[in-house]
Amino acid sequence: MAIWIDGRRHEADPERNILDVCLSRGLDLPYFCWHPALGSVGACRQCAVKVFKDDKDTRGRLAMACMTPAKDGTRLSIDDAEARELRRSVIEWLMLNHPHDCPVCDEGGECHLQDMTVMAGHLVRRTRFEKRTFRNQYLGPFVRHEMNRCIQCYRCVRFYADHAGGKDLGVFGAHDAVYFGRHADGVLESAFAGNLVEVCPTGVFTDRTLGRHYVRKWDLQTAPSVCVHCSLGCNTTPGERAGSLRRIRARYSGAVNGWFLCDRGRYGYEFVNSERRVRRPFVRGEAATSEVTPAALARAWSKGRVLGIGSPRASVESNYALAALVGPERFHQGTSAAQTALVATIIRILREGPARTPSLREVERCDAVLVLGEDVASTAPMLALALRQSVRRQPERAALELGIPGWQDGAVREVVGNRKGPLFIAASVANEARELDELATRTVRAAPEDVARLGFAVAHALDASAPEADGLFGRLPAQIAGALAGAERPLVVSGTGAGSEAVIQAAASVAWAAGAGRGRAAELVYVVPECNSLGAALIGGRSLAEAFAAMERGEVTGAIILENDLYRRAPEADVDAFLDRAGHVVVIDHLAHDTASRASTLLPAATFAESSGTFVNNEGRAQRFFQVFDPDSTDIRPSWRWIAALDGATDRWPNLDELQAALARELPIFGEIAAAGVPAEYRVRGARIPRALHRQSGRTAITANRELHEPRPPEDPDSPFAFSMEGAPRVPLARLAPEVWAPGWNSCQALNRFSAEIGGALLGGDPGVRLLEPIEGAPPAYFSPPRVDSLPEPPPDSLLVVALHHVFGSEELSALAPGVAELAPKPYVALGEEEALERGVSEREEVDLSIDGGPILTLPVRIRPGLPRGAVGLPAGPVRFVPAGSRARISKR
Amino acid sequence: MTWTPSAAGQKRIDEIIARYPSKMAACLPALRLAQEEIGHVSKEAIDWVSRRLELPRAHVQGVVSFYTLYHQKPVGKHVVQVCRTLSCALVGGERILDHCQKKLGIRPGETTPDGKITLETAECLASCGSGPVLTVDDEFVENLTIESIDALLDRLRSEP
Repeated sequence: MAIWIDGRRHEADPERNILDVCLSRGLDLPYFCWHPALGSVGACRQCAVKVFKDDKDTRGRLAMACMTPAKDGTRLSIDDAEARELRRSVIEWLMLNHPHDCPVCDEGGECHLQDMTVMAGHLVRRTRFEKRTFRNQYLGPFVRHEMNRCIQCYRCVRFYADHAGGKDLGVFGAHDAVYFGRHADGVLESAFAGNLVEVCPTGVFTDRTLGRHYVRKWDLQTAPSVCVHCSLGCNTTPGERAGSLRRIRARYSGAVNGWFLCDRGRYGYEFVNSERRVRRPFVRGEAATSEVTPAALARAWSKGRVLGIGSPRASVESNYALAALVGPERFHQGTSAAQTALVATIIRILREGPARTPSLREVERCDAVLVLGEDVASTAPMLALALRQSVRRQPERAALELGIPGWQDGAVREVVGNRKGPLFIAASVANEARELDELATRTVRAAPEDVARLGFAVAHALDASAPEADGLFGRLPAQIAGALAGAERPLVVSGTGAGSEAVIQAAASVAWAAGAGRGRAAELVYVVPECNSLGAALIGGRSLAEAFAAMERGEVTGAIILENDLYRRAPEADVDAFLDRAGHVVVIDHLAHDTASRASTLLPAATFAESSGTFVNNEGRAQRFFQVFDPDSTDIRPSWRWIAALDGATDRWPNLDELQAALARELPIFGEIAAAGVPAEYRVRGARIPRALHRQSGRTAITANRELHEPRPPEDPDSPFAFSMEGAPRVPLARLAPEVWAPGWNSCQALNRFSAEIGGALLGGDPGVRLLEPIEGAPPAYFSPPRVDSLPEPPPDSLLVVALHHVFGSEELSALAPGVAELAPKPYVALGEEEALERGVSEREEVDLSIDGGPILTLPVRIRPGLPRGAVGLPAGPVRFVPAGSRARISKR
Repeated sequence: MTWTPSAAGQKRIDEIIARYPSKMAACLPALRLAQEEIGHVSKEAIDWVSRRLELPRAHVQGVVSFYTLYHQKPVGKHVVQVCRTLSCALVGGERILDHCQKKLGIRPGETTPDGKITLETAECLASCGSGPVLTVDDEFVENLTIESIDALLDRLRSEP
């Protein structure tokens, strides 16, 4: 199919509108209100083109490109004089009230409005009148508000309310005084508010954290990166200047996160600049220089008697390097026995069962969902955003049947109305905003074991050969089974959040049983705790409990601990005992924490922004993060380089590629890991890929306070990127482009130039390789439901400990960012309404809590509606270690 | 401080809600009801509507601020809204508004010190053929002249 644009033939997809086709073909056509994720509403009138009936029609008519489908043979002109004049006058009136403050505006230099003003040819202001002015609002620690710059494109509320389900950002007033903001000053409630910064075409919403250490886009060094703040592996573009990380932006991936990021992912980055960073080696608490360190290292490292403790937040490569150093027998995963077992079960299910894990973008296309046991909105916010889109799939079919294309956003929403597709949620807890509950067909709040039983009952309803479960939920299992069986793409979501093996097994059973009717198992997503939980687990190794036991038995005399604060993984007394017994403790980490303070040798590790490596996300997708900047201290190194130095064999793995090759040889599951990145010797026409845009300024001056001569840019042995603005001007593989930019397109909307079809895969393919694939058609090896009578009788008056997750505060690294810390809860103990009533405790009252007979914690009570009877919730993060599944006692003070 | 309508108002809102398939549809009449009882739509009234209809406060406040028929502040005994849209402007609407301001000694959005008249502007009142127009409370006054304005305002002010 083809359309004719200004007399030239262009291939076009009839499912798209003309604006989308023009931009996909690399043509310049200005627009504001259209966004590929939000569709068309025809509000701003900026994308006017001339459309002709046929080749004899010379007059044509003006039409909004975003509202006109690309039918076969459509003839249109972008260049038509009348269309150009209309576009010029539209931007002129949009600019009537826009202030002349570009030089002091944080959006300047990457402003879609600037780009479109130039593109549409509005070059001289004629207005003589006073501009309309507004009062701005305080919107919290992440987003700054400057309403005077607004051009009323409505994108902010269309993203915030329509796409992300936010309730507290609205439109006020009418005519020339339309105001976008909250009903009153206050922190934006949505965990996706930070996307406003990119969705807004100008500087109404800007990044407050960037504003505190501001630089222009063209002065940032960037590289393709991956978020470290949950297991989804959203793609990011971190930006650095002069040794500090200044911001994170969403990096488009057609497979994972699309255009957006959650606020934990966007604003957690400031831990990299934290005062708690370890910036030099310490030997027995004394700062050491890297020159004296090798001797200390040699002392610390006594071959054969040292065990290694890895980390789910360290790269695949660093975990592997440690396993290779200490040997597989002495390598431990660095997670509790319970957590290690949960992740191992998930990997077994994903590798040996018939159910496939969809990518995050594929989740949006699923049309019936069962969530079992996971508080998705807190543990993996972007997955909750994808589920929010999935409930539109069934009702929007009515629109498609009426011939309304999916991009006609207003019309489709009109047809969909309040109808929602099937979404069933069974979990002990929801996040405090209960943001998925409002979409759910049914929500069940029950203890993890009961949630699992419901899952098994659904599996049995789908496939009679799946084992029967105790009937507890009446007709609900049949209703859920019916919704899943009747869907085109059913999906089951679960994870480690409930801390229950049975829940994980039940989710697999449902997904597998859904294959009984349709011949193909339902899709299955597991949320895991950290950014590299799967990658670290695929390396293998035992649990932390076994490390503690080996130390207790005296089999080892020392430990090397990789990027891990053990106090978050095990009870304090156990960790203390382990560290007391260990002769040498080498800690390699970028943050000082209680484990690091016990180290006999503390080595400063590079963060994700200062090193390259691979994370495996919850989908089993290995993704490479590339080093963004060179830390100004030569002591800061990727953990795996320190590990090589411990061995005295720094040339064992001269660069990341060699390390990966060794890993791929040893562990076949990682055979394709190199394809997640690109070899260090990759060049574009003989040149490296520059990390900075060609306009970067001040290179000769930026280090002049230390050295008058301009230093050579540092070498990067691990990637083809250069710490410079010099190098290949254009990268054919869009996934390697450090930043999106194209001539005339300085804002993030330049992304339109980086995929063949907007919203599809990046040019040259989306990043990442999937390491885990199911065995298609494998007969389901159903798990058995937990039996009520098989459980030991819980101690009387004791409560089941449930971990409560928070978007802000539960994840270790982001909690160090000041904005995130501001929104994180203080430690508390949560009880359901009934339980609190029975015990006669009220909100904010302090109670004593003791877990498994351990030390007493005094915490204020929070009543958490929906928390089942017999359970007590503790916030993961604010309470450093929450042993989910343990029994606790509480008593009034 | 929370506000709830009178018993009669409570009954009326129940009837209004029952008329529509979704509670959201009852937003305009619910606000109207609140305004009739309070005289304007206060913050507390917005809170009540958002609770009663289970709507985000931002949405309700957006509705209130969109329509000139809802008053966000207390108003005088009569509300005079002068059209300021194009058709009226072409036949002297701006002069009419200027005259009202001078005569009453207040600007749009303000109320006379005796509490009798609130002056406001409105967008198109859908009576373009008979401009310039204004409304006094729920009534149209059309084909305005300086003289007819004087007579109108004098009458409103002299009412007991």
